Amino acid sequence: MSQNKSLSLSRRNFLKTSLLAGGGMLIGFNLLSACKPEAILPIDISKLNFNDFNAFIKISDEGYVTIFSPNPEIGQGVKTAMPMIIAEELDVDWNKVSVAQGIYDPKNYQRQVAGGSQSIRFGWDALRQTGATTKQMLVNAAAKQWGVNPSSCYASQGIITNANGDTLGYGEVVKVAANLEVPENIILKDPKDFKIIGHDITNVDIQKIITGKPLFGIDYSSEGMVYASVLRPPAFGDKLTSYDDQISRSINGVLDVIKFGNKIAVLGTNTWAAMKGKKAIVSRWEQDTKLESTDDHNFELLKILNGNKFKTNREDGNVKTAFKNADKIIERTFESPFLPHNCMEPMNFYANVTDKKVHLVGPIQTPAWTSGKIAKILDRKPEEIHLEMTRMGGGFGRRLYGDFAEEAAQISNIIKKPIQVIFSREDDMAAGTYRPAIKYRIKAAIKDGKLTAYHLKEAAINGNMYGLIANFFPAGCIPNYKVSTANYKSNITTGAWRAPFTNFLAFAEQSFFSEIASELEIDHPQLIIDLLQNVKGTTDERIQYSPERMEETINLVIKKSNWGETPEGVYQGFSAYYSHNTHVAEVADIELKNGMPVVKKVTVAVDCGIVVNPLGAKNQVEGGVIDGIGHAMYGDFSFKAGTPQSVNFDKYRLIRMEETPEVKSYFVESNLSPTGLGEPGLPPAGGAVANAIFKATGQRLLKQPFINQLEISESKILG
Amino acid sequence: MTNYTLKINGKKVTVTADEDTPLLWVLRDELLMKGTKFGCGIAQCGACTVHVNNIAVRSCSLPISSISEESITTIEGLSENGTHPVQLAWKEIDVPQCGYCQAGQIMTASAFLKVQPAPTKDEIREAMHGNICRCASYNRIEKAVKLAAKNS
Repeated sequence: MSQNKSLSLSRRNFLKTSLLAGGGMLIGFNLLSACKPEAILPIDISKLNFNDFNAFIKISDEGYVTIFSPNPEIGQGVKTAMPMIIAEELDVDWNKVSVAQGIYDPKNYQRQVAGGSQSIRFGWDALRQTGATTKQMLVNAAAKQWGVNPSSCYASQGIITNANGDTLGYGEVVKVAANLEVPENIILKDPKDFKIIGHDITNVDIQKIITGKPLFGIDYSSEGMVYASVLRPPAFGDKLTSYDDQISRSINGVLDVIKFGNKIAVLGTNTWAAMKGKKAIVSRWEQDTKLESTDDHNFELLKILNGNKFKTNREDGNVKTAFKNADKIIERTFESPFLPHNCMEPMNFYANVTDKKVHLVGPIQTPAWTSGKIAKILDRKPEEIHLEMTRMGGGFGRRLYGDFAEEAAQISNIIKKPIQVIFSREDDMAAGTYRPAIKYRIKAAIKDGKLTAYHLKEAAINGNMYGLIANFFPAGCIPNYKVSTANYKSNITTGAWRAPFTNFLAFAEQSFFSEIASELEIDHPQLIIDLLQNVKGTTDERIQYSPERMEETINLVIKKSNWGETPEGVYQGFSAYYSHNTHVAEVADIELKNGMPVVKKVTVAVDCGIVVNPLGAKNQVEGGVIDGIGHAMYGDFSFKAGTPQSVNFDKYRLIRMEETPEVKSYFVESNLSPTGLGEPGLPPAGGAVANAIFKATGQRLLKQPFINQLEISESKILG
Repeated sequence: MTNYTLKINGKKVTVTADEDTPLLWVLRDELLMKGTKFGCGIAQCGACTVHVNNIAVRSCSLPISSISEESITTIEGLSENGTHPVQLAWKEIDVPQCGYCQAGQIMTASAFLKVQPAPTKDEIREAMHGNICRCASYNRIEKAVKLAAKNS
């Protein structure tokens, strides 16, 4: 089971304190160097460097504190929550804190990644140590000034007080503090004394957001910058053979047209000219590799499920024998489509490649990985790459992949000008790193009224579930248990999408358990709680979830949702899922309107340990739930001969305001170290809705999106 | 290319652009007013919403040649320092997650409240239905619109 181990900051972990030219102190820590991540993240993310990172605190002579937030902000709230943790232990008035985005700086920060809901979990101990050590240095400096023992002084809200009642502000002692030895064996606060953590703190960028200040990558511009619109292959598998740019070049504002690799970039004095210029290019493409269609994917994935070429991810007991001896076997196949990410801010990046350096600015979840790739592509030294991260208009996994930044760097390298690549929405949806289509087949054996075997088969595209998932629920709960995986290689680019794999697996599993519960004539949440008893006290260290925490989370949602006590016409569905180290349980309430199900309310219970910022936490959980419902209901994306069939919001349906249910979120009270919230709210949502729809209409939904599957119930219309 | 004189946030500005250039790109690339956002380019998401004579309009689909004397308001000009009741409500409710769509949401909401100062929940949901928030902050948007109506 995963718990953060306490860290000690040793002298060698500490970088330095330095006096600033303009006054004040800059303090830097090499954080997390002792912390090895226990969790191996999704396959695409695990290649990234997860070792160490640093944080900086700047204190002015006036006592104002600037905290540099090292991790990329994609809307998950870390730019507010990570500095809150430092400020808590530093013990300053939050109103005197300003937060700045740290740049990509591998010497001083590490694990500058937004992915896997891990920023807070990995940062927790280290950020607290940073704040607490800095506070102790300031206390030591004040004690020195007074000529008293530091242990007779205490600090609170940016003020140090001694036994005589004398006070000094942090700003008054920073210069002395900066030259002191770094103290060791720092004592952290008791969580009951927290003044910032656990309190509602507004998004640190709120003022800029509501007044339209430049903040996002797409808002960046520099003197002499030109805009680039890129023509990419219309179909996955196409190769550029020739093109005619005569008309394009005649358009006002078009500066140049260049070919790079299999793509053409149109440079313009403004975005509109570049986009118009791109549309005016007459291009010819030929088939290079296979041109795949959704029908091909369905055929291939079913072929995998019906075959026997699987890898075993985990096997307990003897599944084969258990199925042979079963009274009844239930088997279902669950199917999902590809999904684009559709960040509201389309992909974009700024690059200025000069002989001296490569300057990159933009929205990226993986600055380290991307900088490294660009250094290789341009054959430059890593230290010549200077990458600034901006706030991101959504990430959802799309901005883990720096293809757009690579394009910007390549184009700037050719034309030797500062440029900004901007994707149109059509570019963004047609050149994705999609959540691939996936199919699960789940088979269960029932004997003497008990679940005796469970076999999950995964047929995926371009990769399978990451290593830990086979050890999520119900691993350890069922004596005969097996997870088998196999995949099909496609030339369509695929990648992580908010809660990789679990975003669909949770729906499949929790829909299946709802059906098993009906078969066993037991309430769905009760079935899960009964199964959880089997794993309590386990010595199996591979098991990822905590049965105690999951049970408590389920009990909380049952209580808060009035499970089973709804008025007539309201149908409830349950779902519980552990992912990204966080336990979540959800209940969806639906009603029928003209025979069609309408999700009215979702009650969600979460155990993420200590809630750092309740205001931000609720936003994440509620957004995750609605996102999960939206994609389960409407998310549909298909290919024909390698070409995406919907490339803008007129054809691709995202959930909107009138389809949004009320969401009530509740957190299990806890003193355990916090875990992430960017993803875990999403996976259970689809299952909760599907199970509620079953109760209302008797229809079991096995495929997403639901909107294509719903059978309108005549009797319900008439009734 | 033609010269156009526009009235934006109470000030007259002259820009040179092709007649089909959408107002969005004039604002962003010529005037470097980056608050109005690009989302879809086909008036489907609402990220680019501005006011034209107090009416919420999608600037991505509004050619500059179609504007003459109209008064244009963008997020930058909605108030001094973000003090419009809708902006204050957005702050109090802490609406944004990523924040990208919020300028468009605020512009839609503020135009709506001008014609419907005391909306019901359903009216708010209908009015805001055209603006996509990919982070799904919809319930907080509803609350903030309600709060702004109360405080206006």
